[in-house]
Amino acid sequence: MHGIDFDIAHLLAGSLVLVSFMMLYQDRLYALLNIYALHAVVLSLSVGWQAHIQDAPHLFITASIALLFKAIFIPIVLHRMIVKLGIHREIEAVGSIGLTMLVGIGLVGLSLAVMLKVTAGADLVAREDIAFALSVVLLGLLIMVTRRNAVSQVVGFMSLENGLVLAATGAKGMPLVVEISVAFSVLIAFIVIGIFLFRIRERFDTVDVRALDRFRGEQR
Amino acid sequence: MNVLLAHNVALVLWTPIVAAAVLAVLPSYRLSARLNMLASFLTLAAALSLFVSRPGANSYILVDDLNIVFIVLNTFVGFTTSVFSASYIGHELETGRLTPTYLRFYHAMYQVMMFGMNLALLVNNIGLMWVAIELATLATVLMVGIYRTHEALEAAWKYFILASVGIAFALFGTILVYMSAVPVVGEGLPGMTWTVLVAKVSAFDPALLSVAFIFLFLGYGTKVGLAPLHAWLPDAHAEGPTPISAVLSGLLLNVALYAILRFKMLMALNGRAIAPGPLMVIIGLISLVFAAFMLYRRRDIKRLFAYSSIEHMGIIVFAFGMGGPLANFAGLLQMTMHSLTKSGIFFTVGHIAQVKGTQKIADIRGLTETHPLLGWSLIVGVLAIAGMPPLGIFMSEFLVVSSTFARSPLLAIPLVFGLLVAFGALLLRVQGFAFGEPTGNATPVRASYLPIFAHFALVLIAGLYLPPMLVTWFQHVARMLG
Repeated sequence: MHGIDFDIAHLLAGSLVLVSFMMLYQDRLYALLNIYALHAVVLSLSVGWQAHIQDAPHLFITASIALLFKAIFIPIVLHRMIVKLGIHREIEAVGSIGLTMLVGIGLVGLSLAVMLKVTAGADLVAREDIAFALSVVLLGLLIMVTRRNAVSQVVGFMSLENGLVLAATGAKGMPLVVEISVAFSVLIAFIVIGIFLFRIRERFDTVDVRALDRFRGEQR
Repeated sequence: MNVLLAHNVALVLWTPIVAAAVLAVLPSYRLSARLNMLASFLTLAAALSLFVSRPGANSYILVDDLNIVFIVLNTFVGFTTSVFSASYIGHELETGRLTPTYLRFYHAMYQVMMFGMNLALLVNNIGLMWVAIELATLATVLMVGIYRTHEALEAAWKYFILASVGIAFALFGTILVYMSAVPVVGEGLPGMTWTVLVAKVSAFDPALLSVAFIFLFLGYGTKVGLAPLHAWLPDAHAEGPTPISAVLSGLLLNVALYAILRFKMLMALNGRAIAPGPLMVIIGLISLVFAAFMLYRRRDIKRLFAYSSIEHMGIIVFAFGMGGPLANFAGLLQMTMHSLTKSGIFFTVGHIAQVKGTQKIADIRGLTETHPLLGWSLIVGVLAIAGMPPLGIFMSEFLVVSSTFARSPLLAIPLVFGLLVAFGALLLRVQGFAFGEPTGNATPVRASYLPIFAHFALVLIAGLYLPPMLVTWFQHVARMLG
């Protein structure tokens, strides 16, 4: 492994974690979407770089899915949906930002501590990648639990999924990576269509999922 | 790939896919309900033929003694549910809860789901297994939300988000397994091929494998509906069409359980990784006791039986967590019996809810007077699921309890406690359903009793007499599971 190859892979994966942190403190939906698009661009660069250094051209497909579908298509669709649902002015309660950031730092520390320890025998790039990937996954979960709005929960899930793609491409020579990234894109498309088709806005007058909790099916 | 084209395995997989494509365009619902039955029956026949001639393992498909049990159970309940579904949806059309367009979608999705589950059980590749389980999950999510009411949408959304997170964890675990395999088996397809992993697992890095198992257990455990990851399960069962509740409880939970069992085997074969047993035992007990208490507070009949599914999944995971030939045997038997009984109960409940026009427990009374056949079927089903002798679940629960007493009596205390609490709750409820002043609609019902009777008869027969062939088969599988 050449020094510079590893350094760039490391830089890109680290940037993904950084962008995840940026998503944590966004309190406007548009801003959150823009940061998510940036997240997908960084992912696409990272996957593209992995394709280059692993000499695995099929990973370029995954990289272009990340760029075209996740960084361009999905943000545009969600953007329009936000306008249509009329929630673009909404400011989200994301809890105390300081606390959320501290929890996020804790999660990153946890994932580095765990993954670097258990992957001592693995390939260096894969090792760093998987540690960063777990950080991105956990931060994605954190975004999901600190948000109440259905759209931003989906954005949190999509950033989580980016972490998984990073992990899958980092594991050298992993089969089915392209298939899995396509399967995930289908899943995301389903979720996004779901928000739209189910017209959560119309049905519930809000995309605030607290409204969904009104019905537990257990009312007397 | 030859085996995918020219073997009975191919039929198990291709029949649902072709049927889904045809059903998606077929306008007449009567015809498509029949076609749905036919396709499910053909899949069952193909699955049964696997007993006779079994293909050798290649890098994509694997049929061994373990998954053949799951596949036959899966296709059998898939078939009986399609029979039940045919009469169920007729009623839904009459009441206008479903339109013909939605039914077309429903039938196509039913077959897609069957395909996903069969594929997940048959593949020899842990990555493909993950994709297949995701596919089956997506299909069920869409069907849970099919009524498009407030509650159905909430249930579908919750199921979607929780299952997606679970699925994400499972994928992360799968990647970690691959990473631990690479130094030993090399890059590429072998690192994900189940048979290769099993052969070489003793040389894998135990620490990495341990972390992988935690993720896999959390991920697939969400799909099994283990507490505290069960939040989606009651909603999804209660708000979707009842045939879907039956396949969710009877089949999809099993498929996720199958994935966990596969990885548990890997861990056991590695030897130096953390023992998966204690984790499974603890989570199993938590699910059992938690669900047992939750049974008392339920006001919705389908939710009641959904919690009972969590309870039984807890028992099953507990049994497999204990390990050893006897507990594994009990776990397998419990899983089979639970699938048959619970889907049978949901068939009955589906008809009851339709004829009474409500799912509220308080509004369903005196069934044995108004609808004796349904009422008594429900009694039999509830007695079976509560673990009364001589029905099948009694035997498997007895085996779980006695093997636990023999090995670690302390664990048997919470186990028996949970079982008794659940038993009390179920008996309490069934009295209300079956007896007392009849309420609601008393008009006769056009129900399909055949699937109900078939399931309960099998459960009764298994309780009275297990064929020696089946016993040796299960014993063999139990030893395989370690």
